[in-house]
Amino acid sequence: MQTAVDFPILSMLVIVPAVGAALIALLPKRRPELTKLVALISSVATGAMSIWLLNAFDSGDSGFQFGSKHPWIEAWGISWNLGVDGISLFLVVLTGVMFPLAIVGIDPHNEDPTQDKPYFAWLLLLETGVMGSFLSLDLFLFFVFFELVIVPMYFLIGGWGYEGRVYAATKFFLYTMIGSAFMFVSILATVFIAKANGLGKVTFDLVELADGANFAATTGRWLFFGFAVAFAVKVPIFPLHTWLPDAHTQAPTAGSVLLAGVLLKLGTYGFLRFGLYLFPEAALWSRSLWLTLAVIGIVYGAIVATMQSDLKRLVAYSSVAHLGFIVLGIFAFTSQAITGSVMQMVNHAVSTGALFLLVGMIYERMHTREIAKINGVQSVAPIFAAAFMLVMLSSIGVPGLNGFVGEYLILIGSFLTARWWVVVAAAGVILAALYLLWAYQRVFHGEPDADTEKFYELRLKEAAVLLPFLAVIVFTGVYPKPMLDRIEPAVAALIAHVEDKTGYVEPQPATLQIDHDEEVDGDVDEDEDHGGETTEVPAEDEE
Amino acid sequence: MTDVIWLIPAFPLVGFLTLLVFGRKLGEPGAGYLASTMVLASFVVSVGVFFDMLSMDEHDRSVVTKLFSWVPVASLQIDMAFLADPLSIAMCLFVTGIAFLIHVFAIGYMHGDPEFSKFFLYLNLFVLSMVVLVLGENLLVTFLGWEGVGTCSYFLISFWHKRDSAATAGKKAFVTNRIGDWGFMLAMFLGFEAVGSVSYDVLNGAAAGGSLAESTATGIAMLLFVGAVGKSAQLPLYLRLPDAMEGPTPVSALIHAATMVTAGVFLLTRMNPMLAAASPWVLTTIAWVGAITALFAATVAVAQNDIKKVLAYSTVSQLGYMFLAIGSGAYVAAIFLMITHAFFKALLFLGSGSVIHGMHHEQDMRRMGALRSVMPITAATFIIGWLAIAGVPPFAGFWAKDEVLLFGLAKSPVLYAIGLVTAVFTAFYMTRQVIMVFFGEAKWESLANEAEAPEGDEEHARGAHGEFKPHESSPIMLFPLVVLAGLAAVGGIIQLPSFGIIPSGLRHKLEDWLHPVVSFGEAEITETAAYDAKAWLALLAVACAAAGVIAAVMIYSKKKVKAIEPQLLADGWRYDSTITAFMGGPGRKAFVALSWFDKNIVDGAVNGAATLVRGTAGQVRKAQTGNVRNYASIIGIGVVLLLAWFVIVRGVL
Repeated sequence: MQTAVDFPILSMLVIVPAVGAALIALLPKRRPELTKLVALISSVATGAMSIWLLNAFDSGDSGFQFGSKHPWIEAWGISWNLGVDGISLFLVVLTGVMFPLAIVGIDPHNEDPTQDKPYFAWLLLLETGVMGSFLSLDLFLFFVFFELVIVPMYFLIGGWGYEGRVYAATKFFLYTMIGSAFMFVSILATVFIAKANGLGKVTFDLVELADGANFAATTGRWLFFGFAVAFAVKVPIFPLHTWLPDAHTQAPTAGSVLLAGVLLKLGTYGFLRFGLYLFPEAALWSRSLWLTLAVIGIVYGAIVATMQSDLKRLVAYSSVAHLGFIVLGIFAFTSQAITGSVMQMVNHAVSTGALFLLVGMIYERMHTREIAKINGVQSVAPIFAAAFMLVMLSSIGVPGLNGFVGEYLILIGSFLTARWWVVVAAAGVILAALYLLWAYQRVFHGEPDADTEKFYELRLKEAAVLLPFLAVIVFTGVYPKPMLDRIEPAVAALIAHVEDKTGYVEPQPATLQIDHDEEVDGDVDEDEDHGGETTEVPAEDEE
Repeated sequence: MTDVIWLIPAFPLVGFLTLLVFGRKLGEPGAGYLASTMVLASFVVSVGVFFDMLSMDEHDRSVVTKLFSWVPVASLQIDMAFLADPLSIAMCLFVTGIAFLIHVFAIGYMHGDPEFSKFFLYLNLFVLSMVVLVLGENLLVTFLGWEGVGTCSYFLISFWHKRDSAATAGKKAFVTNRIGDWGFMLAMFLGFEAVGSVSYDVLNGAAAGGSLAESTATGIAMLLFVGAVGKSAQLPLYLRLPDAMEGPTPVSALIHAATMVTAGVFLLTRMNPMLAAASPWVLTTIAWVGAITALFAATVAVAQNDIKKVLAYSTVSQLGYMFLAIGSGAYVAAIFLMITHAFFKALLFLGSGSVIHGMHHEQDMRRMGALRSVMPITAATFIIGWLAIAGVPPFAGFWAKDEVLLFGLAKSPVLYAIGLVTAVFTAFYMTRQVIMVFFGEAKWESLANEAEAPEGDEEHARGAHGEFKPHESSPIMLFPLVVLAGLAAVGGIIQLPSFGIIPSGLRHKLEDWLHPVVSFGEAEITETAAYDAKAWLALLAVACAAAGVIAAVMIYSKKKVKAIEPQLLADGWRYDSTITAFMGGPGRKAFVALSWFDKNIVDGAVNGAATLVRGTAGQVRKAQTGNVRNYASIIGIGVVLLLAWFVIVRGVL
């Protein structure tokens, strides 16, 4: 499972941004240009390493690769334990690529240049936290990084945000902290209960726990619930979503982009890595709840988005809807749906991240995000409008662009096990068109007014930041195979693990052997295979 | 040639990409020439493939070209692949052929538009999407084109986006399209669950082989029908089509008459074994929806005064006929009517475009009249289009409509009767239009007087010095009209019936060609009483057409009878306004209520809880404003030290 490599790539990915943050802390604050240079170098280096990782990743291997394990607190079985598989790979690359773009491409607008220093330091520390969360295979280490993420984000919103930033930052902080408290209790309980049930020793090692622990059904469900609260807040899942519109709206552009791009994925990633993997029985048992909340989120988020008057809030609520799709796919327990969910985590990051970038650019030009106050932009800045249009179509899920592939996989895979949820969720596709096109019409169409005349066209630097986003949107939509090939083995392994632990059987579509010019083979099972009914949740766990 | 079918979409793709990069540089008319050439090249390839296929054995006329694996996950394997078979090539031929003519027309029509090259960029993207739609080897590739044409339609309807009505109409088109897409998607899911594939070959094979449960086939067929209703503007989703007339007229001709709106008919024809395997009520539903839509839209067309609105409702009505044909199991007749309709409706739209152009963007027919003298070629070609749609033999529409009605009678006499009444209305409203536009007295003289008034100066379109004179269009616009008029006149030749006087070698060409694709679902009616009476039926149809024409002449030309144009019909039975009122009223209120709920109940609960712990919040706020730097450094240094410990003590790196 562990690949021996000479270069400790994963540890480097976590540590390099932190080194950058430390260096910035040591630099004199009168030298903002040096600060930015350090931020640039460390984030770009991390990005380059993540690309290297993508290239070196063995797509055929379903296990954890590039493992790096060093003891930390041996008595408790806590260790520095990193690894990457198909589920985390693209999230790591995404993090590696998005941070330098946010650092290079988005001006923090500090009136006082000395404020650049903490800004970049926080951003880099945030990167360490996110990278660590995606790579940790140790429950304790994961918790440390998961918590670390909250602090820089809190300061970024509170320090560099807009008018309501203090309220938003506090809300974000309290919400996520309360969620984390549940998780912390659950982590400790998991480890000690696992010791008594099958493992015989104290360890925080994720793989050992997942393979060796045999929780009683009720116990597992309680433990799962503790994790689930933390992740549900992070995703966010309805009705725990209300911190998100405030945080998104009040955060500085870089904060919104990263929040949408990588932070929210900690929740959905957590569900996969620590929910389904550690507690397959509990996840399977509670799936109806999550599916229902996911579908509510899809429809509810879209409807509330339609009624927003602030562009950023609109995009924030659209995230609630999009994340609903991802949660739906995760709890559908089929290869297509979970693969689609992992892919959609990346897609959502790209398209919503790009939307926040574009809204940030609109704010810089118009000094407002009020939809009603902006008119006729398309006439004044057609290239900007075209970029916005492409990103919007990706977010709507138009085939040929990235958003569609993920959404399609989620829906078609979920149809096998959660048919009626999908029937409703697919209607969310209509609503997505409604709120985005309506907003587009109000902002971009129509006659430009006097205010719009000052709306300048996309600048070279802005275009350079947007271009990677646009390229990924088109490429992934047309040719998703390389990505799917890397995700799928890990998802298959996860489902195999669930099947192994619970006796669940992934429903397969009926396959027909079509013999041309001849009659179709008669031995095909004609009974409609309602996946939901084949799901078996055994309760044979030993007490 | 069949191994290069990928060239058919490749040409418009190249055109699109070139215009994307160099469009502005090419400008007018270069961009138009480039786009037209690309579509012409596609047409030439289609013709080549057609002749190539003609030389093949009937059973070999199905060639799959796989480009690459598109969406492969475990048991789901979807290829980006094209299928060349008689149906897709027939579609390609008329789609690219008519699209080429419309491109050429648009070079003249869009003359002087500041976004000339952008228009052709969209047009090429549209043609690309449309050929992907028809060439798709599986439902997903078709869906790619399906959504692509919907998106292009959105772009093109709202092309003149500064006009609020255009922007709104574009959005409406996209959203109503999506309602249908919901059905299309679920049909794919159900198909995948049942047979593990979304490829036409497998799905239709399972349906034809009888290995698919009837309930599954029924579900798939109904959901596809929902998709088709959305795309092909049938009741209750026809709403967007009349509004789509906000787009430039070539768009109306290309998208909202000749190609995109027929996609639903194509899809159902493509899936005809599935429809046949479904419960019989599915076909009956399709037939009834088609027949009612046909009649409904025809009645509305009678009272419209906008030259394009008449044609828009007429299109909805004709599409209804096509659905009636499909519901009656007459797939060949449906495709036949689709192709001939593409000829004459494209002709009529382009003709109306020529009129609008010549009238300086006046679209109200009440301000036209007697234009045949100033626009002779437009008038002559328009009249051929009128004869074709009205069902006058030997023009193309007659043969196609006759065949649809024949199958309709075999299905149910009531459907036949609705079809006949619709035919009367069709002849009536088209005659009314021709009279109002090209005959009678010239109403535009008064426009000239209006234009002399001071405020007329702003109306740049009305010409300098208050002179208003309609003019004939330029040759580049007339050329497509003449070609289409020729096709509308003789297009019936592709599917002549078995009448005694027609040489047997010329009969049923289209039926023979499509046979491999539709043989499973096609209804067999040669044994029915309706078939025996087909000569009488044809006469009856001609009589109906004549009745409609005569009635319109009496009312609008001879003025013997006072016109009855109830406001209810002019308002389209108030269907649209009712929906709008609902969406703007209770619908919107529900949305507002939900966002109120979110703000005050869901978030309110959170804030309420937060008030309880206000102390904590206050502490945090103090930390935020007071000791940010201290707090920051503690956490920052802590983490960095921890990481340093890992590196140094534990040798992590």
